[in-house]
Amino acid sequence: MPKETSESFNGCKIRLMRAGQGAPLLFLHGGGGAPLWLPFMESLSQHFDVIVPEHPGYGGSDTPDWLDTIGDLAYFYLDVIDALNLSGVHLVGTSLGGWIAAEIAVRNCTKLTTLTLSAAVGINVKGVPKGDLFMWSREELIRNLYHDQTLAEAALAQPVTDAAMMAYAKNQLASAKLGWHPRLYNPHLPKWLHRISVPTLLIWGDNDRLVPLPHGPAYQALIPGAQLHVIENCGHVPHVERADAFVTAVADFIGRAS
Amino acid sequence: MKFYCFHLMPYAALDPDYDKTHNAAWVTLPNSYYDPKIGHALYNRYLDELEFADACGFDGVCVNEHHQNAYGLMPIPGVMAGALARRTKTAKIAVLGRALPLLNNPLVVAEEFAMLDNITGGRLVAGFVRGIGAEYHSWGANPAESHDRFHEAHDLILQAWTQPGPSRFEGKYYHFEYVNCWPRPYQQPHPPIWIPSQGSRETIEWASHPDRRYTYLQTFSPVTALARYMNMYRETAQHYGYTATPQQVGWAVPTYCAETDAKAVREARPHIEFFFNKLLRMPQEMLLPPGYLSLASMQGVMQAKRALSTGNQTIEDMMEKGVFLCGSPATLREKLETYQAQIGFGYLLPAMHFGSLPHELTCQSIELFAKEVIPHFRARESSPAVAAASA
Repeated sequence: MPKETSESFNGCKIRLMRAGQGAPLLFLHGGGGAPLWLPFMESLSQHFDVIVPEHPGYGGSDTPDWLDTIGDLAYFYLDVIDALNLSGVHLVGTSLGGWIAAEIAVRNCTKLTTLTLSAAVGINVKGVPKGDLFMWSREELIRNLYHDQTLAEAALAQPVTDAAMMAYAKNQLASAKLGWHPRLYNPHLPKWLHRISVPTLLIWGDNDRLVPLPHGPAYQALIPGAQLHVIENCGHVPHVERADAFVTAVADFIGRAS
Repeated sequence: MKFYCFHLMPYAALDPDYDKTHNAAWVTLPNSYYDPKIGHALYNRYLDELEFADACGFDGVCVNEHHQNAYGLMPIPGVMAGALARRTKTAKIAVLGRALPLLNNPLVVAEEFAMLDNITGGRLVAGFVRGIGAEYHSWGANPAESHDRFHEAHDLILQAWTQPGPSRFEGKYYHFEYVNCWPRPYQQPHPPIWIPSQGSRETIEWASHPDRRYTYLQTFSPVTALARYMNMYRETAQHYGYTATPQQVGWAVPTYCAETDAKAVREARPHIEFFFNKLLRMPQEMLLPPGYLSLASMQGVMQAKRALSTGNQTIEDMMEKGVFLCGSPATLREKLETYQAQIGFGYLLPAMHFGSLPHELTCQSIELFAKEVIPHFRARESSPAVAAASA
């Protein structure tokens, strides 16, 4: 089990989970926050020092006055990497966390060894709209996250506490602040993705209804040497829906790259 | 009490079966449901109705702003206000939008309202709103910035109206080297400002602040909620160290008046039910995008609004809750007198048209209300006893 702490960086207190030994692997969560230590994190912690912060604005972390754009989070995490004295970081981000990871990497790759973007938002593919998660009800959102609807059923069968509803509202608010318009992308990011100078892996579910698969090849075309790994029969959350395949893909990639 | 005839100008010809295939009359309802020939007739008819209300003796007429929906066809309310400016002669014209956070440049509102105020010789009432949640889906405006942009846009408009130009404006969202509004408003220092809201503590604290003392309008809410928010306004004012006047609070409510209670209910029924059950229909996520409400206000309102916006309501439900005023002149006089005594609002904004109410019934109701209800309250206010009591 991870060690869970609250730590302040630049005056912003965030919730942080950390477990395992080895090279640091910084995991950046998506729009749903990171309330729990998930099985894929446990698996990765067999090989890596896995660090899972909750972003400013999300879940158990504070919402700082300076939080306006995704770039603010990119600079924040560059500061976190320095403050924790991390180097040789394997940066892994999913969905909105993938967007943050890409924005970090275009700014500064010197502390990174590899980059993995899973089902990442952050760019727009003309003619391929993303799902409108702000128009979906919580139930629709959960259903649209998974290819395998039995997993959605199981998630929906969990009792919903008031605290969980408020966390959901807080996370949606942060995601809206960062990505309402333009919808979950930075129109300037494609101009600078060529700056990413570390080996990069892109992971996509073939049935992603939030960030459809064509976003994978679009990222691949913009990041030098990026590899694309498509997981079949999988939706928007490969790290949950196909945790074993996700862990294998990440570990194999890092093994080859480093 | 002053009476302002409110009009939403809905697409009254909306196919009522739209909801078999669409979950909202807003944002995503295809505009193929809209027939421009019908729209042409409706716009002109609706303007006639507001002009008729002016002729009948209402103190003012009201237009408002909504986007991409069948509920209200005034995305640019200044167009309607401009048309009314020349045809009405005495009524105030209240533009109850503009939705400030939707604008890239709020100076357009400073200019538009100043023009209206000049043309009408000071008959403009300036309404500032955030728009309802659906607007943020339609317009791409970020609901998480809604409150902050509203306040900043307001400050910018007030600066444009009250500070000698040119002046600079340095905000977070808006920056101008030259704020220099031509024309200046006719009313000095600026037109009266009204703040329509569906009820929030933040809005009330802001509107009632001694620097502003704006008229707060509670819109389309049950009468119990009206009482709660009006009290909140007065208590907040007291807390700020002054006593709010009745002119600082108002109530907007759909209203229908006919010779008898039974006739009023019979005539209004299909049209008010169409209004609440068809035109107001939208899912929760459309109504309350993230950030539209503060996290603190979110929980309570989510539950309350769920009751208002889902499930079919009958006219009896609406009358019972006090979200619809309906009856004979005697009944309406009595209800309004009771409510006003309890709640103390200085403005009533009856929406004399609602849903699919036909032109003839709308005009009958306007005329009867103006003849049999409004004078009753004017007579009371001019009597020395009431004047002394309210002084």
